Formats: sequence, structure tokens, C-alpha cells
Amino acid sequence: MIALAAFAAAPARLAHLSPIDLVIVAFYFILVLGIGFYLKGRAKTGEDFFMAGREMSAWIAGLSFMSANLGALELMGWSAAAYEYGILAAHAYWIAAVPAMLFLGIVMMPFYYISKTHSVPGYLKLRFNEPTRALSAISFAFMTILMSGINMYAMALLLNIVLGWHMSFSIWISAVTVAIYVALGGLRSAIFNEVLQFVLIWAGSLLIPILGLVEAGGWEQLKTQIIHNTSVQYVHLWRYLGSFHNPMGVNWIGVVLGQGFVISFAYWTTDFLEVQRVLAAKDLRSAKMAPIIAAGFKMFVPFIVILPGLLGLVVLPHLTGASLAAGGAKSYNAVLPLMLVRYCGPGLLGLGVTALIAGFMSGMAGNVSAFATVWTYDIYRALIRREAPDRHYVQMGRWCTILGVLISIGTAYFVMQFLSIMDYVQALFSIFIAPLFGTVILGMLWKRTTGKGAFWGLLLGTASAAGMFAWERQDPSAVRYLALSINAKPLAADIYRALWSWIICVVVTVIVSYFTAPKPEAELAGLVYGATDIPSEENVPLLQKPMFWAIVVAVVFVAINVIFW
Amino acid sequence: MESDGSISIWFFIGICLLVDGVLIFAAGLYQLFHPPAHPVVLASLHANVWWGAVLTLSGVVCIWPVAPWRRGSKK
Repeated sequence: MIALAAFAAAPARLAHLSPIDLVIVAFYFILVLGIGFYLKGRAKTGEDFFMAGREMSAWIAGLSFMSANLGALELMGWSAAAYEYGILAAHAYWIAAVPAMLFLGIVMMPFYYISKTHSVPGYLKLRFNEPTRALSAISFAFMTILMSGINMYAMALLLNIVLGWHMSFSIWISAVTVAIYVALGGLRSAIFNEVLQFVLIWAGSLLIPILGLVEAGGWEQLKTQIIHNTSVQYVHLWRYLGSFHNPMGVNWIGVVLGQGFVISFAYWTTDFLEVQRVLAAKDLRSAKMAPIIAAGFKMFVPFIVILPGLLGLVVLPHLTGASLAAGGAKSYNAVLPLMLVRYCGPGLLGLGVTALIAGFMSGMAGNVSAFATVWTYDIYRALIRREAPDRHYVQMGRWCTILGVLISIGTAYFVMQFLSIMDYVQALFSIFIAPLFGTVILGMLWKRTTGKGAFWGLLLGTASAAGMFAWERQDPSAVRYLALSINAKPLAADIYRALWSWIICVVVTVIVSYFTAPKPEAELAGLVYGATDIPSEENVPLLQKPMFWAIVVAVVFVAINVIFW
Repeated sequence: MESDGSISIWFFIGICLLVDGVLIFAAGLYQLFHPPAHPVVLASLHANVWWGAVLTLSGVVCIWPVAPWRRGSKK
């Protein structure tokens, strides 16, 4: 997201694709369409289409879970953030991801999985009531389709700037491809393509840091050069977070509580785009292992995302920010494509471009498949047509996929005309998802939480976040109160807004719950901690225990943070 | 993902890596004998030759255990 605003002002066409590059790109499109047609025959029931038959192994569900977040938008955005903030950007992949993923696997997954819900709003219906489900389903559907359009627009913009392709051509060809393969194969098709994308991204991106380190003379030499070009704060993860005087303008409290707790836990544990991948696992143990496997891989993603941004500080030292890019200089928001073009000749360039396209399309497919599920199960079936044959809902899911893609195209063109809307998307995420985490976590861990408490907490948490956002837009100096520092950058403002809205949601939920009647405990079985029989793993071999692997990942996570302290 | 006789996801991934790897390797070999006028940085390392070879090999490793024709021949 960080990358988007500057692209419109970036210089035209960075590279030309050779015929062999075009063959590699074209082959990718043929392959994903082929997968969609192949999987069509395996998407006959609602369970097949919306939940991939709940037959995914832990590895496939885990890779898909991680890939759904590893879109090209994130790759470019966080590479740019590394150029802007230094190694502090790596927090997004470590403190802001790993603890939440482990928490999902060990603590929350049993409730999602045992309840057999189709979605996060569906869980809220089971745990609370219909109004809470409707509120979260509608806000999620709105957010998801907006994100899909943003993905589409970002891809078209990237291809326009890097390769000179017409934006409408990129939008329509990617949209039609995604619509075909998701409408045919449903979630299974989306998951297959996410795993394919995961491999392509590593295959297409891994050379950049390797060759970059060769050019920079190794890691130690790179650090020395970065300190020379910027400051020592750019190469330390925690050492300079005691105050707000660091490249990001945030202190350790904001990083740990805002980014590491609220935003991270909200995204990884309650955003249905992510949770849907794990719900497709074949059994509870696989569902618990999937986020743990994903966390293990996630820790190494900075090698292909953050490191290229840091390398850019040395080998491309004069890139500028969004507003300065309008003057003709190259923007650091395009640092990843710039590094790709720098090192990758014919063939490798095609693979790198394919990896970025795959990332964008996979992001679109993930959003559209999640939208189809929430629309069909939590809005259409819940509010419009309660009783219909299963095949009717599958048909609705297919049409909804196509409709979702069409709305996304509309969103993409809408964003094209009103560029500033893109700046709001990251903020909108913190507005809608952070309070939802408060609702879900209280529902899962506190039996006393009531339906009315959940509804009002979610509503007021969301409304307060929207209010804070409006205040910041009206008066930018409001960040001195909301983000505790006048130096707070937009990312820091998002972090604190999420933290406050989550706190408001939790406080309101608790207060209202104390004044309203809870559900009888018998109705909470399978939904709440203390009222659910979670299968014991005492007799499971050590190497198959999710808890064992969670501890292994946690130890590596701590070691990485100490190494880059 | 393949217990019911369907094609494994690793087969599709392997095909992708194999085709891309062969194309990149071929492009690298061509450049070895016909150096471009405007080479990329560190072109002397011939990354497309060895990376293409790595991808090709990875593709074969992904395809071989799950290839539909191998499963058919076992029956």
C-alpha cells in the first residue's frame, strides 16, 4: 500500500520484456487457467466450493495462509518501507506476524475448527447473534472488495510503469483470468494458485538479495554503507525504539502493543481472508499446524522483501519519496522493481514480473473467494434466502465471484480517478479489523460476553476508529494526541488508531456484557474457552505436536530479534 | 491432495519451475555466446545460467514423485 501513491508520478517504463520473458508470463496465465479448468470437477458442493472440501494438508493450508498475505502489494510496499525506515520495517514480518500466527494456531484455531463455522462472521453468529454477524459480514465484504480493486489497480499501475503496458489491458486480462479460475474451482483453485505464487515469488525474488549482497560486499559492508548514507538507526531493530526519535517516529510501546498486538492479532486471527485458508485444513491438528508452519516461513520473508530495500539504500542511494518523485527522480516506492531490473536479464526478468503478477492475482483471488463465501453464507443465506438447495448456494458463489471481480474492476477505475483514496486503504483496514479482533477474542475467551455487548463494542469500536481517522484528516496535528507524538508517521498513526479502537471495543463490550444476560453455558460448547472439550494431544508423538513446533518457531523468533537488536 | 487419484499441486508447481527453468537456462546460454550491448549489473556471474539450472532441477524434483504417469505405471 505504501508503494501505491508514488507510482503515478514515477518515471515511465523501466524495462523492456524480451520474447522469452513474454513466453514465461504467458505460460503462467495458461497454467493458472488450466488449473481452474482441472479443478472445476472438484467443486460441486458448497463444502467443496467454499471450503475446498476441508481436505488440505497442514503444509498446503500453511503455505496458502502465508501466501494470501504475500501479495506483490506487500512485497513492494515493505521494500519501500525498508528504504524509508530501515530495518524497522522488518517488524512487520517478525513481531507483527509470528506471535499472532502462533496464537491463532495454539489458542484460537480449536474454537474456529470445532465450531465448524464457514467464516469469521459465521462464528460470531454461533457465539453471539445475527446482528453481530451481519455487522461484521457487511463491513468485511465492503473492505474485501475494495482491497481486490486496489490490488488490480496496483498491478495495472506497476505494469504500466515498469513495462509500459496499458492499464485497462492489465486490469481486464488479470480480472478475467481470476474470475475464470476462482468461479470454476472455488477456494481450492485459489489455494492452488496461492501455493504456486509462493514458489514463484521465491524463485523470482531470491536472486535480488543474493546478487545485491555480492555487489554490496556482504552484510557487514552493507551495514557500514547504510550507516554512512543514512544513520545507525537504520540497521537496528529495537535499540532506538526507547523514544520517538527514529526513522518511523514510533516507540517500542507502539510497536509491541499497536503493531505487534492489536494490528497483527487482528489481521492474522480475525481477517477471514486469512482464516479461511486454515479452515480448509483436513483435521484439527492440521489446522493448528498450518499457522505455525506459516510462521516458520514468514520469519525468512524479510530476506526477499526488507533486504532489497536496505540494499537499495546503498546501490540506489538517491531515490526519493512520493511527493519528490513528481519532479522526475525515481521513487523508492519502486525500489523492488528497480532492483529486479538492475540484476535480472532476459528470462529472469520475465520470471520476476511473473512473480509480481502472480502475487497481485493471488491477492485478488483471495479477496474474491473470501467475499464469495461471506456474501453467500453470511449475507445471502442469512438475510435473503434461508432455505435453498446446496447447489443453489454453489451457483450463487460462482456468480458472486464474477460479480465480485466486476465490482473490483469498478473499484480499480474509481481509484484511478481519485488517487488519494488509496492512501486511506491501510487506515480503513485498521478501522474495520482492529475492533473485530476485540469482539472475537472476548467471545472466545470470556464466557460472560453477551451478544449485545459484542454488537455495541464492535459498532462503537469501528465508529471511534473512523472518527479518529476523520479527526486526523481534518487536523494533522491530532497525531500528537492520538499517536502520542507530533513526529508520528502515517504508519505510526495507523498503529495507535488500531490500539485505541480495540481498547474502546473491549471496554464497551465488557461494560454492556455486565448489564445484559449471557447465553447459558450449554449453548457455548465448542465456541468458548472453558466450555469446549479440546482433543488431548498427550498420546501424539513429540514431532507431531503443534505446541512443540510453536516453541521451536518462538525460539528462532527470539533469536532473530536478538541478532538484529 | 492426491489421495483420491487427482493430480497433486506439486505437479503443477513442478511443471511451472521446469518450463521457466529451461527457458531461463536457454536464455542464459544464448547470452553467454552473444553478450548483450547493455548487460545488467553483475552480468559476469551469468545468474540466468545457474539459476535456470536450479529451477529446472527443482521442477524435476517436484514432478517426479507425483507424476500421474508414474502413479499409473505402479498400478
